Amino acid sequence: MANDTEVLVLGGGSTGCGIARDLAMRGLEVTLVERGNLTDGTTGRMHGLLHSGGRYAVSDQASATECIEENEILRDIAGHCVELTGGLFVQRPEDSDDYFREKLEGCRDCGIPARVLSGREAREVEPYLANDVKRAIEVPDGAVDPFRLCVANALDAENHGARIETHAEVVDLLRDGDDIYGVEVRHESGPGNRTHKAAGTTEEITADYVVNATGAWAGQIGAMADLEVEVRPSKGVMTIMNVRQVDTVINRCRPKGDADIIVPHETTAILGTTDEEVSDPDDYPEEGWEVDQMIDTLTELVPILEEARTIRSFWGVRPLYEPPGTGTQDPTDITRDFFLLDHADRDGVSGMSSIVGGKFTTYRAMAEEISDHVCEKLGVRASCATADEPLPGSERIETLEAGMDDFGLRSPVARRSKQRLGSRASEVLDTDEANPVVCQCEGVTRAEVCDAIDQSGSDLNAVRIRTRASMGNCQGGFCCQNMANELHPAYDEETVRAALDELYQERWKGERHALWGEQLSQAMLNYALHATTMNRDRDPANEDEGDGLEYDNFDGGRPTAETRADGGARLRGETGGEDSSRGRGDR
Amino acid sequence: MAIEDDVLVIGGGLAGSMAALAAADAIDDARVRLVTYKQSTLRHASGLIDVLGYTPDGEGPLVDPFDALADLPDGHPYERVGSEAVREGLAFFDEIAGDAYAGAHTDANALVPTHGGTVKPTARYPASTAAGLASDDRDALLVGFKTLPDFEAPLAAEHLAAAGAPFSARGVTISFPGIVRDDAKVTRYAHLLDQDESVATSAGETGAREALARTVGAHLEGEPRVGFPAVLGDEHAAEVRAALSAALGADVFEIPMGPPSLPGVRLEDLLYAALEDAGVRVTSGVPVVEYEAGDTAGADPADEAVAADGGSDADRIDHVVVDRHGAEIPHRAEQYILATGGLVGKGVRSERERVFEPIFDCHVPHAADRYDWFVDDAFGEQPYARFGLEPDRELRPLDADGDPEFANLRAAGAVLGGYDFAAEKSGAGVSIATGYVAGRRAAEEAGAGR
Ligand SMILES: Cc1cc2nc3c(=O)[nH]c(=O)nc-3n(C[C@H](O)[C@H](O)[C@H](O)COP(=O)(O)OP(=O)(O)OC[C@H]3O[C@@H](n4cnc5c(N)ncnc54)[C@H](O)[C@@H]3O)c2cc1C
Ligand SMILES: Cc1cc2nc3c(=O)[nH]c(=O)nc-3n(C[C@H](O)[C@H](O)[C@H](O)COP(=O)(O)OP(=O)(O)OC[C@H]3O[C@@H](n4cnc5c(N)ncnc54)[C@H](O)[C@@H]3O)c2cc1C
Repeated sequence: MANDTEVLVLGGGSTGCGIARDLAMRGLEVTLVERGNLTDGTTGRMHGLLHSGGRYAVSDQASATECIEENEILRDIAGHCVELTGGLFVQRPEDSDDYFREKLEGCRDCGIPARVLSGREAREVEPYLANDVKRAIEVPDGAVDPFRLCVANALDAENHGARIETHAEVVDLLRDGDDIYGVEVRHESGPGNRTHKAAGTTEEITADYVVNATGAWAGQIGAMADLEVEVRPSKGVMTIMNVRQVDTVINRCRPKGDADIIVPHETTAILGTTDEEVSDPDDYPEEGWEVDQMIDTLTELVPILEEARTIRSFWGVRPLYEPPGTGTQDPTDITRDFFLLDHADRDGVSGMSSIVGGKFTTYRAMAEEISDHVCEKLGVRASCATADEPLPGSERIETLEAGMDDFGLRSPVARRSKQRLGSRASEVLDTDEANPVVCQCEGVTRAEVCDAIDQSGSDLNAVRIRTRASMGNCQGGFCCQNMANELHPAYDEETVRAALDELYQERWKGERHALWGEQLSQAMLNYALHATTMNRDRDPANEDEGDGLEYDNFDGGRPTAETRADGGARLRGETGGEDSSRGRGDR
Repeated sequence: MAIEDDVLVIGGGLAGSMAALAAADAIDDARVRLVTYKQSTLRHASGLIDVLGYTPDGEGPLVDPFDALADLPDGHPYERVGSEAVREGLAFFDEIAGDAYAGAHTDANALVPTHGGTVKPTARYPASTAAGLASDDRDALLVGFKTLPDFEAPLAAEHLAAAGAPFSARGVTISFPGIVRDDAKVTRYAHLLDQDESVATSAGETGAREALARTVGAHLEGEPRVGFPAVLGDEHAAEVRAALSAALGADVFEIPMGPPSLPGVRLEDLLYAALEDAGVRVTSGVPVVEYEAGDTAGADPADEAVAADGGSDADRIDHVVVDRHGAEIPHRAEQYILATGGLVGKGVRSERERVFEPIFDCHVPHAADRYDWFVDDAFGEQPYARFGLEPDRELRPLDADGDPEFANLRAAGAVLGGYDFAAEKSGAGVSIATGYVAGRRAAEEAGAGR
């Protein structure tokens, strides 16, 4: 019996999507399954640094070299997902001169362009750097939008015939003796784009080869076939500021440490991070002191952070791995390199390999190596094209941008929309329909929201990661209901309500970690708007609320002579106390 | 020489306005001043006057809010002032609002459609919303605009049905004649109708009102009432509604919207006009930044009598300092009312380690760990929503030991704690009741001291 697909990729993070695109472009038949939205794992919860390699230039030169190579490739193939901010390694008076020198030499050894700036020069680049900053090394770090990049890979995989299933959780590996031949997945709402409330189904998908790219969850997948994959998940916190205090990536120039990097991202700056081993990638503590540590420590580099407004914090788990027997104690010492575990060689079980470790920046190179491996297993001879073929949105971007008009949008909205959409801008924004702004903070219009809905169904978090709608200062307080409105009439009212609730609660999850000062005021405003103005907290349409609600008992309006004549129902609201001398009237 | 008044109200939202009006009303030729900084929360608020829609335990929607007042927990602002004062305050509001508001003919709450399409309980509603009650069983046509993403009429109609509304609602989405930019502000829609600007339609140039009525009329299928998002005029709202209603042969109503809210702005305009009529001097755009305590030793006997009433020898405020664009101007009064709002109005502020009231540093009860300020369900029982001052029955804010912070300071509105106006649907009602009581008592006390 023929299999459903040639290659089945598990996990819709950067690794999985990168592999799916690579293999699909090589002409293989690919299916990818992801339990949540694309990027729901670590990829959607990372710092957004497009490494120049500078961070690894002393400790891990192989990684550093790979980073600078991939950094340059991504600028070409994913121009609409990266911002060439540049980066600084900043030395404070108490930081070691020796390390500064090693860093500079390391960069040069790895081919990372590096230049020393005096403290004054560094402050000219970044005026908010502390006055006592001694000097800095300038490197080509950048910022990358992991959502956009990951989705672009998935989209291109689909363009090359791949099937991408989100909200499809692998619940079992199909194993026959010493061969893995597929998986069983549970579709949350049936196959295809997500629709809330649609009934779930299960499906067995058979494949010639399975690639386990579930990152920090790879061990859980392995266990389904009694295979041991020793992932050591390590969590890190990131805190988002409401404005860009810096336009350049700011790294602390010292060996290793928590809270040593600030990455500008769109209209925000993101502080990070920490490195602490956890036992369960789905359940680990998220605590206030971690947020405090980000602010307090990074204030040493950029003092205005002390008083600045943060809009939310989030945590991600690194899928760190080390070969059995290495026994490293401190997770920060575990290598950032990736490992390809061929279970046939390793465990005598054929049909599947697992990929663990690695970095977002090098996802493409990882995917290439893994795809080579899969091709070899399947006896396919086809070469990788991902380093040369731009992703959807990044084709001929400069020429296109020059020719693009503003699609009738105000210039800041037009500029930001075009940046997000890249070469897809005309296709998405060129419309004869009314195209009002749906999310004011991020300047996202209806056309862009609807394009995302077309791609992803009724899932508003999937719309969010594609568009940035609801990711600004108000954290969705003012716009998530408008985003939900756009689901209608394609989706019915009940679905829209469920989708809205889900997005609102998701936004709240991260916002809870920023609840003081301006953001606590914002939270109260959001709460007032959703609970007071809209009564979403006690909506009688919700299952547990409307029981026994008798509209008849309520005020049905001031009875006039005319309505008195016909209206038992509307008179019942009147419980006396009418004071006609006050002369209230409806009009 | 400081500026001298009998009563100085700090904060010009609903609570502050009511306090100033009640003070001016309480005694003849009282000198009342209101100092306010930024725009009040009314511009965000729907313009509805909620009194109590749900009990603090979430029971409701309540048919009769007054029935539930007696059972409110200790410390709730309504419990502090007592239900009779709530009625009096509301009656005072009704008098000021006149024809602009409805709902006073009954104690029962009305159910009003929200722009999301469900219903919410409220006690008073703008005249513009009166024909739109969901507790009225007439069918309705809801009209949305293609350029206004905040209101999706067909979805709202479906949602009303899901909420069990006793009538059938149908929604249509149209292009608003005369709106040329897709991102026009709500004030632009209102202005078009207010001025009845001439707009181009397929049938030639007509006034905006007629053009809108014609577009909507084409969709009307005999519904006796037609609902629009709340953009139907600002200064001439009643006239706009009447014109549309006449042209459509149906009642016309507005559905309250989120910020910026025209019904909220209209209420604010109404209150400021009333303040002017009442002779209250209003200084806006400037914050009160600090205060100077009086020297109690030199206080006159009348003051001491007041302190004795309060059951303690609380300090008196001698004057507050207003920052007028850098210049610090002292303002002195016999009595002060703090109505600076809650977290939204910035009468209550917070830092990573603490929650505080910025002018007088009045005690704000709160947990030491900010992770105890919230719960994980966005709509759960949120401790932060209850942040604010704890007053005695005279509405004097109390310190951590339960004694009045100052002998001559009262607080009203959202700056008070101990209630969650969003969950209870009690925002405007608490502001009105506490503003009314604080204003009256302050004026009476100042008058007695004169
Ligand atoms: C705090 C932090 C900061 C980082 N910062 C950077 C940075 O600045 N630059 C950089 O280059 N790298 C950074 N990284 C590393 C980078 O984010 C990761 O290496 C990369 O995103 C891993 O991608 P992945 O696809 O392998 O894993 P993931 O993105 O985790 O993808 C695995 C997917 O598998 C899915 N899955 C799990 N179980 C199942 C199942 N049963 N069925 C179906 N699907 C399943 C998950 O939902 C998930 O989406 C950072 C990592 C962390 C933790
Ligand atoms: C989004 C939203 C929707 C709402 N919807 C409803 C509703 O549907 N029904 C309902 O009944 N209620 C509603 N409310 C509640 C209601 O509108 C008010 O929030 C409430 O009545 C509180 O009013 P307030 O006068 O106490 O405070 P605010 O309206 O906040 O006014 C405080 C004023 O004090 C000023 N101020 C602050 N500090 C200083 C200073 N140092 N010096 C001078 N002035 C200062 C502020 O600038 C502001 O003008 C809603 C509130 C919000 C936020």
